[in-house]
Amino acid sequence: MSKKVIRDLRVIGNERIGGSFFMLTLQSEDALPVIMPAQFAEVKINNSVGTFLRRPISIHDVDYDKQTIQLLVKIAGDGTATLAHLREGDLLNVVFPLGNTFALPLSGRVLLVGGGVGVAPLLFTARYMQRFGFRPDILLGYRSKSNILRKEVYEKFGNVFYSTDDGSFGEKGTVMQHSIFNSENFPYTEILACGPEPMMRALAKWALEHKVECEVSLENKMACGIGACLCCVQNTKDGHKCVCTEGPVFNVKQLLW
Amino acid sequence: MVNLNVDINGLKLKNPVLTASGTFGFGLEYADFVDLERLGGFIVKGTTLNPREGNPYPRMAETASGMLNAVGLQNKGVDYFCKENYPQLKDLKTNVLVNVSGSCIEDYVETARRIGELPNIPAIELNISCPNVKEGGMAFGTDPKSAGEVVAAVRKAYGKHLMVKLSPNVTNIVSIAKAVEDAGADSVSLVNTFLGMAIDVRTRRPKLSTITGGMSGPAIKPIAVRMVWQVAHNVKIPVCGLGGIVTAEDAIEFLLAGASCIQVGTANFLYPDATVRVLDGIELYCEKYGVKDISELIGGMKQ
Repeated sequence: MSKKVIRDLRVIGNERIGGSFFMLTLQSEDALPVIMPAQFAEVKINNSVGTFLRRPISIHDVDYDKQTIQLLVKIAGDGTATLAHLREGDLLNVVFPLGNTFALPLSGRVLLVGGGVGVAPLLFTARYMQRFGFRPDILLGYRSKSNILRKEVYEKFGNVFYSTDDGSFGEKGTVMQHSIFNSENFPYTEILACGPEPMMRALAKWALEHKVECEVSLENKMACGIGACLCCVQNTKDGHKCVCTEGPVFNVKQLLW
Repeated sequence: MVNLNVDINGLKLKNPVLTASGTFGFGLEYADFVDLERLGGFIVKGTTLNPREGNPYPRMAETASGMLNAVGLQNKGVDYFCKENYPQLKDLKTNVLVNVSGSCIEDYVETARRIGELPNIPAIELNISCPNVKEGGMAFGTDPKSAGEVVAAVRKAYGKHLMVKLSPNVTNIVSIAKAVEDAGADSVSLVNTFLGMAIDVRTRRPKLSTITGGMSGPAIKPIAVRMVWQVAHNVKIPVCGLGGIVTAEDAIEFLLAGASCIQVGTANFLYPDATVRVLDGIELYCEKYGVKDISELIGGMKQ
């Protein structure tokens, strides 16, 4: 993994993208370090009384030429609400890139599965795969059509399928109820996923039963982000592992779900 | 040039900035952000005789200007440290201290003895104040008699600098400090975390798997400064101050209260380069106020 940095990044864009979601575009004065899919940033939030620790946020997209990273954020509390009010020109102190990455296969067919704000890291994952000649299929689950995030951008990098809880777009139901998982033939050799824990648990169970390789990106509560405090541990077959450094990506075979 | 050297009862530090155990991993986690050799030293994660898995997740809860943790001394045991961590640390030109914990006196003694065999570990910090383990830990540090017993036993088995980390969860920290001094400690560090708890009002469940945990961060700093001041005026051995230090001003407060050196702890989670920020700030402060030698600040509060 590349060197981690602590940097003040300049906000050059803060766009509301529907509901409680917004997208921050942050520019670095210096060249970006190499960033891998599923890696995240620890963002220092000022002017929020109740927010003491940094907030780990997955890296949604990277542009090395413009020296920008994008964070797709859901307002979940005071900290993220404060970020939603940042203006162009503001500085944000960020520690990045943190964590491991998906074990991207060199052959076979890959299905990316995302739910809710968990779709965020999958865009950069798909963009990264494109550089190596891959075009993954992408299954995204949302509550409703109005919650779908950055539809056209995802569709540039893969064939996108949708499920919505209310059936307003794509197939009705959860991602696990999508016909991809419920037909005779499952054409994919590997699943890479990020989303709410119930979704990932259901996916893990399905993948283990069907003997399909499956990796999930977790988001346990964390403090340091660099493997020092041991707060964010996930219980695995090999004992407690730090989600921040030994994850966020785990093969579901390792998890005790 | 400011002279930042301090001599902690024979333990020579190039400056008074250390790190608090459990907040700095084994040092190398911070190597991308900090030139480790600039520090006076660092104190690695609490080490026990046998490996420990620690407490179940969730182990951390954010609080106003601080955090609670209930990690529970997760570590791979002293033999792993000696075989795997020590070789990576032994050639660093700084002081690497090992925080030693245990659930009974024999464990403390044996762990200290094995660390004592490592030539490039000049000191241990004896942790008699961890609030997150069922047996031992804080139980030793909340009673003068048992604190004295464990320190005396380790003293016999460990010949190098013995720093003892005190718990603030006591009615009279001075009596514990004195007992530890009488038992042969070379220095004391204080404070460890304050026992606290937090409840998720939405689920009505505790935020930590262990219900209670250790509180750290800027919220505890004034209490820690008070305790350092009380202890420093009642014992002869040096005091290492910690508790909520984020900035150089915080560190200098501890020095003025009587600490001879300080530890940066939870701040490492906020700013991975917090230690060097504090160090640079101390140097700037000294230049600005005409302090030629850091010893002028130690216990230098005016009344």
